[in-house]
Amino acid sequence: MIATPKPDLVTVNVDGKEIAVPRGTNVIEAARLVGVDVPYYCYHPKLSISGNCRMCLIEMGMPAVDPATKAPIMDGATGKQKINWIPRPQIGCATNAAPGLHIRTNTPQIKDCREGVMEFLLVNHPLDCPICDQAGECKLQEQSTGYGRGYSRFIEQKNVKPKRTQLGPRVTLDDERCILCSRCIRFCKEVAKDDVLGFVDRGSYSTLTCYPGKALANNYSLNTVDICPVGALTSTDFRFKMRVWFLKQTNSLDTESSVGANTVVWSREGVIYRITPRQNDGVNDTWMADSGRDLFKVVRANDRLTAIKVNGANTSLDAAVNAAGELLKSATGAVAVVGSGRSSVEEQFLTRKLAEALKASTQLVSRVGQGDGLLISADRNPNVRGALVTGLIKDLPATKLTSLGAAIDAGKVKVVVSVGEEIAAADLSAAQLAKVAIVYLGTHANATSAAARVVIPTLTVFEKSGTFVNQQFRLQKFHKVVPCIAGAQDDLAVLARLVSAVGGATVAGELHALWRTLAAEVAALAPISFATLPDTGLLLDAAPYAALPFVEGDSLHFKPAAKPAAA
Amino acid sequence: MPAPQQLRIIFRHIDEPGYSNDLACYVRHGGYAMLKKAVAMAPATLIDEVKKSGLRGRGGAGFPCGVKWGLVDRKSGKPIYLVVNADESEPGTFKDRYIIHQDPHQLIEGIMISSFANNVKQAYIYIRGEMPHGARILEKAIAEARAANFVGPDILGTGYGCEIYVHRGAGAYICGEETGLIESLEGKRPYPRIKPPYFPAVLGLYQCPTIVNNVETLCHVKHIVEMGGDNYAKIGTPNNTGTRILCVSGHVQRPGYYEYEVGKITLGELLNEVCGGPLPGRKFKAVIPGGSSAKILRFGETFTLKNKDGSSRTLTVEDIPMDFDTLAACGTMGGSGGVIVMDDTVNMVEALANINAFYAHESCGQCTPCREGSLWMKKITTRMVHDHARTEDGTLLKSVADQIAGRTICAFGEACSWPTQSFVAKFGDEFKAYPETKKQPKTGGALELV
Repeated sequence: MIATPKPDLVTVNVDGKEIAVPRGTNVIEAARLVGVDVPYYCYHPKLSISGNCRMCLIEMGMPAVDPATKAPIMDGATGKQKINWIPRPQIGCATNAAPGLHIRTNTPQIKDCREGVMEFLLVNHPLDCPICDQAGECKLQEQSTGYGRGYSRFIEQKNVKPKRTQLGPRVTLDDERCILCSRCIRFCKEVAKDDVLGFVDRGSYSTLTCYPGKALANNYSLNTVDICPVGALTSTDFRFKMRVWFLKQTNSLDTESSVGANTVVWSREGVIYRITPRQNDGVNDTWMADSGRDLFKVVRANDRLTAIKVNGANTSLDAAVNAAGELLKSATGAVAVVGSGRSSVEEQFLTRKLAEALKASTQLVSRVGQGDGLLISADRNPNVRGALVTGLIKDLPATKLTSLGAAIDAGKVKVVVSVGEEIAAADLSAAQLAKVAIVYLGTHANATSAAARVVIPTLTVFEKSGTFVNQQFRLQKFHKVVPCIAGAQDDLAVLARLVSAVGGATVAGELHALWRTLAAEVAALAPISFATLPDTGLLLDAAPYAALPFVEGDSLHFKPAAKPAAA
Repeated sequence: MPAPQQLRIIFRHIDEPGYSNDLACYVRHGGYAMLKKAVAMAPATLIDEVKKSGLRGRGGAGFPCGVKWGLVDRKSGKPIYLVVNADESEPGTFKDRYIIHQDPHQLIEGIMISSFANNVKQAYIYIRGEMPHGARILEKAIAEARAANFVGPDILGTGYGCEIYVHRGAGAYICGEETGLIESLEGKRPYPRIKPPYFPAVLGLYQCPTIVNNVETLCHVKHIVEMGGDNYAKIGTPNNTGTRILCVSGHVQRPGYYEYEVGKITLGELLNEVCGGPLPGRKFKAVIPGGSSAKILRFGETFTLKNKDGSSRTLTVEDIPMDFDTLAACGTMGGSGGVIVMDDTVNMVEALANINAFYAHESCGQCTPCREGSLWMKKITTRMVHDHARTEDGTLLKSVADQIAGRTICAFGEACSWPTQSFVAKFGDEFKAYPETKKQPKTGGALELV
């Protein structure tokens, strides 16, 4: 494949293995491509190069050329071009691929370098792994095992530094564990644009701290915890809660806005402990907002709906579906369906099917906030574009259900089906709600569930699998993290049964089967199935929606298309 | 035997009775004539003269000044800055401060000539935080020079303009490292930059091409203009041209600063004849020839060096000429010219403890080996002199130092590890015997440790 490098590719040699990489590729990344591990602490692919940890030292050489004639100097013994090795080890992170670059990582000198750096990093490290939250995902532990000597020659007193500094509302710092890699400082400066962290004092007494009078309070502060290679920066929320090796990782999505940051949800025995970002270079790089990390708390919130109710009395799902079906059929033509920008693509598709069977109007409620230009966009619904793709709606939703309110007042709507939407908060008055019968599918108790004739509790995003379409029209999937709480029902199964109950064509109520229908009926999703959708998502064609005035502004890896001229 | 004659070029007027540091006195002694001569020359010719002179940097590394100027990126379209390194912090070095205190206009003239040669519009003098008096003198001298049109927007009516600003450091050794200095000048922590890509000649101050030169080096530029590069190159020895100031401190009869042609005086002549030899009843034991970070030389050791013709010669410590190349060949360096002499009353473990304390205190803390290694070495030597020495500590010290040198961002890694490496290599027996030494009753006063 790479026999003839393209013009922008250069061939480098890592431990004797040749590989073609784009010119300027970092040596650490180039080595990774050939399966050679170059250990590092301070380097981070999404941050500027600092070069301070000295763990990625490598031997570097360039092919020898005659200074006068520029002719290659050949090595008589091997018949290959001679390599001029630089005697001093170089840092891999600041060495870029150039034509003919040679790298050695497996020499005695490099082994000694790594052992030396490991020893230095540990001499003033408290070695409190048994009580450290980072244990199990600690670079210091891993690389000490991989590249350290395994014993200590240090018999002096270790430095003493602050053990529990509250850097901000969500981040706690243990300065003794800090290896001064400056990743957190660079993150705050370069990504979060909130340059509040820095070092004070010097030498081995250097201490990470916050600017006096300021706090690490920005909405991205917990990313510093993620990128901290050691246990210095810890999440105040997660601290001392769980050993990470017990936790199961499930890929999920951040649902707080249409950015759709990719996440990993960490759970054990049905309980979620934390959410961290998952790398997606097209969406969120390796970051996510702090506000998205708390969302799992909705799963076990006190106001979760757990009982199926008809007219306020607990009942079975069969009875509730039948009751809802009768109610809806009796009002065919006078039914309004309120879908949700928080529902998955699959749910929105079934919601559309329900509305079609009932010849009902469909609407969504828009949630608009301020975008932060990074990973929270102005559209706080994660999946408005899903509703467009599935055909649930044709136009962008409004923030208020004003026209639905007018239809209720005019007596044109007798029954409202709300699929996960708190319609009472969307400007429908108590009087309007009292005029209609409500069928409510939702996760948490609210004014709508209190007013509803039929209430069917459904699942949070952590208890089911599905897909969202983000602001880039990128179809992304999330997976079930934990089993649902007792009493909650699977949204898809409920919706599919409702469609049948109102006389619609039978549709699958199971995700994978439903995707076959989706692929068959929705042109944009034609070649896709849930199982084969990559974890980093697929971009759908946005062209059909180019005329819509989406609310999002710029964010990471996203620039909105030019706004259509106001009609 | 009479002491070899000094050749005072830079220090011509230092300590001269009646010579003051004001402009009138400087002009009276022919000052700023070379600036007038220089601005009438083509900048390229000036750079050429400096290249021909073979002038090597007097700050420590001995890098050829003309080559440094030649590396400057002149095609970027960005302004070129000249930064004067007056952060004279190397223990044992006290030359720049005398230039600044007693002959500041010589420095200013050197700066202006160098600025003109390199088309520099702004020059900064980064002066050590502990030299407030020097900073005030420079401020005053610059104001005088500006009033006389030697500095400012239109120098000597040529239309060429250059400003000089004095920037005071806050007292950190690392600010003498050129990229650390640049960071400090930009208002940041003086963390030295990684090279590549941040070579000052391309991405220096404010990411613009920058020349960083030592005070003494820039003063030499004035004299190169005066003599012409070829004539200047005749002073000293080949590849080690000009004069340099040697600052002798420690156990000699007459410590002080002396200016000699580079390589024309040996260490023995300097210490025994110029400085009057050891104190009464004592013997020289060791000497650090180029500031405390240079590797120590032990009196009595010999060095076998190769001559150009392939033959070899053997030198004792006393035979070593004080130039860049021979000192380097002997495994040490000319460095900043700070000659620190130790006689037989000095215990080498205690002397190293002192040096290690300095480097541990001054390590900036940016990169791992130096940050942790310098303090570790200090902790070891401090423990040793505080009655907990072990016979194996010397070996451990050397091993720690070996893990630092050559693996750090800046040359501080070498600066802090060379003393330890050389002390242990040359006085290993003393380190081994130190636990026993400590048990014996003290004869003299113990070294007070920081």
